[in-house]
Amino acid sequence: MNWDWTAVRDFMPQFRDGLLVTLRALALGSLISFTLGLLWALLMRTPTRWVRWPVGIVTEFVRDTPLLVQLFFLFYVLPEWGLTLSAMTTGVVAIGLHYSTYTMQVYRAGIDAVPAGQWEAATALNLPRGRTWRAVILPQALRRVVPALGNYVIAMLKDTPMLMAITVLEMLGRARLFSQQHFRFTEPLTVIGVAFIVISALASLLLRTLERRLVR
Amino acid sequence: MSVEISNVTKRFGDHTVLDRLDLSVKAGSHVTLIGPSGSGKTTILRMLMTLTEPDSGTITVDGQPLFPAAQKQRRAVRRQIGMVFQQFNLFPNMSVLRNVTEAPVSVLGLSRDEAEARARELLDMVGLADKCDARPSRLSGGQQQRVAIARALAMRPKVLLLDEVTSALDPELVAGVLDVLRDVATTTDITLLCVTHEMNFARDISDQVLMFDAGRVVEAGPPEQIFGAPEEERTREFLSAVL
Repeated sequence: MNWDWTAVRDFMPQFRDGLLVTLRALALGSLISFTLGLLWALLMRTPTRWVRWPVGIVTEFVRDTPLLVQLFFLFYVLPEWGLTLSAMTTGVVAIGLHYSTYTMQVYRAGIDAVPAGQWEAATALNLPRGRTWRAVILPQALRRVVPALGNYVIAMLKDTPMLMAITVLEMLGRARLFSQQHFRFTEPLTVIGVAFIVISALASLLLRTLERRLVR
Repeated sequence: MSVEISNVTKRFGDHTVLDRLDLSVKAGSHVTLIGPSGSGKTTILRMLMTLTEPDSGTITVDGQPLFPAAQKQRRAVRRQIGMVFQQFNLFPNMSVLRNVTEAPVSVLGLSRDEAEARARELLDMVGLADKCDARPSRLSGGQQQRVAIARALAMRPKVLLLDEVTSALDPELVAGVLDVLRDVATTTDITLLCVTHEMNFARDISDQVLMFDAGRVVEAGPPEQIFGAPEEERTREFLSAVL
């Protein structure tokens, strides 16, 4: 094996572009999946089954089909229906939507873990339902779900290379392009491998700090 | 406020917890429910707080129907009723002060300042004026229960339900909680409905004691009668077992 530091140096500008795309996809994907997941979890608790059933069916469907298929579907089929989104937007929406069906389960578990006595105390104080959710239940549930959500951030990070399939040049895309141009594979792939580890570690650290801040 | 329970039946599965129960509580009176576990005492309090529904029968509070009644009506009636739980059920995500001000602000519509002034008064009454900013988890069980009492009183209830409020406490913390409740009983005209295993407390504060067994009232009377000269064999049996 021969390692060439000049190849590493030459890869840097492209790597930086790819890194930014990966980070942006991760940040926006997380944001969408955290928000939508909470929305699904809350909708699944409405009394009317005309809300619960559709939400249940759609999220089950999304959870049970591969992300890659969803990416292709959104990227190639939606334009035929007259909805054209940029590759990046499509990718972020697909990842966020896909992972929202997982985070939804995390929220559900967190909400279920709030003791029944908390609901009863809220009833005894005559708190309206919305106020009970916002002031009592969600603050306690969210505190419990942070570690589990953190795992999905890391899983999402590791799924970002799939965006390559719909022409988004994130880190792996850039590495592949560079390899094809310069016939060097070891250096760019090693660089992005290390980058994945570093991003994962930083994300874990960030979430653990957040967790400690919340668990007081 | 008076409470009227008539012909109420409640079953869990094929176990009948309350069996065609009639019970009437006069406004301002202090009623204690005693009896063995599973005899339906707590279920009565939970039904009055609308935490569980009877299978049949009617419940009225101050003449207003609580069951059967529409949701809106029940909310209106429930507003007059407060409850203190065996497990305190304080909100762990809020400070002690916020626990006491949350409902007065968001339900009664008091301003935050008004609610806080009142909360401090109540916390002072239960001897916890210096714990306003603490989280409930920093307090002992007895202190938590006193906060829970202040929280319930902050809603100015006309009826207060006390569900085995000292059962989860270490023995040396019981007295502090009972002192606070004695205070409430003597200085306010709140109707008290109390489920307890503290017979001395029951004797102290009640005008009326109801002995429950198997979902029915087997004996009712002033504490002197129930504790001094019980007429029913079942009451004598129970009291000799717990005293």
